[in-house]
Amino acid sequence: MNESPILKTEKLCHVYSAGTPFETAALRDVDLEIRRGELVAVIGHTGSGKSTLIQHLNGLMKPTSGRVLFEGADIGASKQATKNARCKVGLVFQYPEYQLFEETVYKDIAFGPRNMRLSADDVDVRVREAARFVGIGAELLGRSPFELSGGQKRRIAIAGVIAMLPQVLILDEPMAGLDPAGRDGIMENILGYHEETGAAVVVVTHSMEDAARNAERMIVMSRGRIVMDGAPGEIFSRGDELSPIGLDVPVMTRLADRLRAMGVPVKGSVYTVEQARDAVLALKGGGGAC
Amino acid sequence: MDENAPAVRAENVTYFYASADDTPPRDVLCGVDLSIAPGTFTAILGRNGSGKSTLAKHMNGLLLPKGGAVYAFGMDTRDEALTLEIRRRVGMVFQNPDNQIVSNVVEEDVAFAPENLGCEPAEIRRRVDEALKLVDMYDYREYAPHLLSGGQKQRIAIAGVLAMRPRCVVFDEPTAMLDPRGRADVMKILLRLRDELGDTVVLITHHMEEAAAADRVVVMADGRIALDGPPKAIFPQVEKLRSLGLSAPETTELLYELRQAGLDVPLDALSVEECAAAIRDGLQKQK
Repeated sequence: MNESPILKTEKLCHVYSAGTPFETAALRDVDLEIRRGELVAVIGHTGSGKSTLIQHLNGLMKPTSGRVLFEGADIGASKQATKNARCKVGLVFQYPEYQLFEETVYKDIAFGPRNMRLSADDVDVRVREAARFVGIGAELLGRSPFELSGGQKRRIAIAGVIAMLPQVLILDEPMAGLDPAGRDGIMENILGYHEETGAAVVVVTHSMEDAARNAERMIVMSRGRIVMDGAPGEIFSRGDELSPIGLDVPVMTRLADRLRAMGVPVKGSVYTVEQARDAVLALKGGGGAC
Repeated sequence: MDENAPAVRAENVTYFYASADDTPPRDVLCGVDLSIAPGTFTAILGRNGSGKSTLAKHMNGLLLPKGGAVYAFGMDTRDEALTLEIRRRVGMVFQNPDNQIVSNVVEEDVAFAPENLGCEPAEIRRRVDEALKLVDMYDYREYAPHLLSGGQKQRIAIAGVLAMRPRCVVFDEPTAMLDPRGRADVMKILLRLRDELGDTVVLITHHMEEAAAADRVVVMADGRIALDGPPKAIFPQVEKLRSLGLSAPETTELLYELRQAGLDVPLDALSVEECAAAIRDGLQKQK
């Protein structure tokens, strides 16, 4: 069944500082489709246009030319269309904890739903649900967000966006600056939201390993254009194309390549520790303790 | 300043942050003893809240211990008369490049420290050029910092510290906000400081792969030092690292899993090259 995409860009262009000596084309003819329920990672070096791209997806930025369509309708066509998109396409910026501003965790999470003109009861349900999604216990709702740890603040900021129940959740480097336990926690929360609501999730990241582990589809950007789009295994098999654009393949992929070069016939796509382990153990053959 | 003294020596250091309300203060450092030899590269790892950043800020007196003492090249950080000299000898680079750049022109930002130290104009020029060349940003000396990438900005921040000709540089998660290329650029400079200038380098990080390049790895947990040794001795302790909220580099994790499954492989083959060779040899031993 070929469903139409929930979010689509058509020849999207964005030029910063047009007409000045600093003019930069940040996005060049970007054609992108995001389908309902997809788990997508967007990767690219700093300056590749990824942050500019995602800010167009919920109407925060206006295209210099081209269009952004949400459920087939141009989000720039009217103020109403843009507002509608902003409620359905949620965007979490990098280091979102810097956006917290309210007196209590509850009020901060409630900000979005309140602006959607929901009733007080509906707002309450949204806040508690969102807090649950990100693992913030009810006992923290009355506290000041500024007293909490960095990891907790980040979760609260994400809850503030989830409370709007977006159908597309976009996160810019959600794991930046977190320690391994923190990273796993946040990823679990995001995947939990995806599973329960069927929302599409788009994660912008530098970490090839994080993208590899969680995405079904990877979009690679370089200098304002999409240069690769496919499943992780496909993308990582093109390692020699990734280095010139400031990216790298995951450590495990490099290891598998090295093993093959040494004459060890590692089969299949390898980009996680689990895959590497399985691929090596498959070669352990004959009489081993398998 | 004592050239032969450890670059940094912490003696039974305790520290706590007072809270705004009546709740009891939070103990962040609970009796830390650490001595860092000059000319070495030490990585300090730990989960968020382990005290590693707080410890880093003691190294040049940004924070003063509540109990115990900290000496930089033999100088007591609590002695106000020595603060300027200590800060000249021990520089710090932080996570967010934007918070460390004050000027609109790259070379003016790098000149900030030598200017404030009262250097002669010719000397300032010399130091700025030297620092920018060390970080491979000399060609950008007349640029506006906001036009640069994160990695480039971080290199400017490092140059700003190097213009003081420190003997020790403490990096507090310097690559957290950078992409892989930016991270590689910064790591290259760290190693250059140790190898070409003989400086002492202290790196606070979460990234296991970065710590693998260090001479010594110190792991902190709950305000104390939990593990201390060369990378090859620390990273194979996969279970222990997991219990401390950290993980070993992926190569080590893989070797650990393969060992569990019965393959005869060492746990200390950290690099991709070493790890691949270890796996190849392990498979051959099966035959």
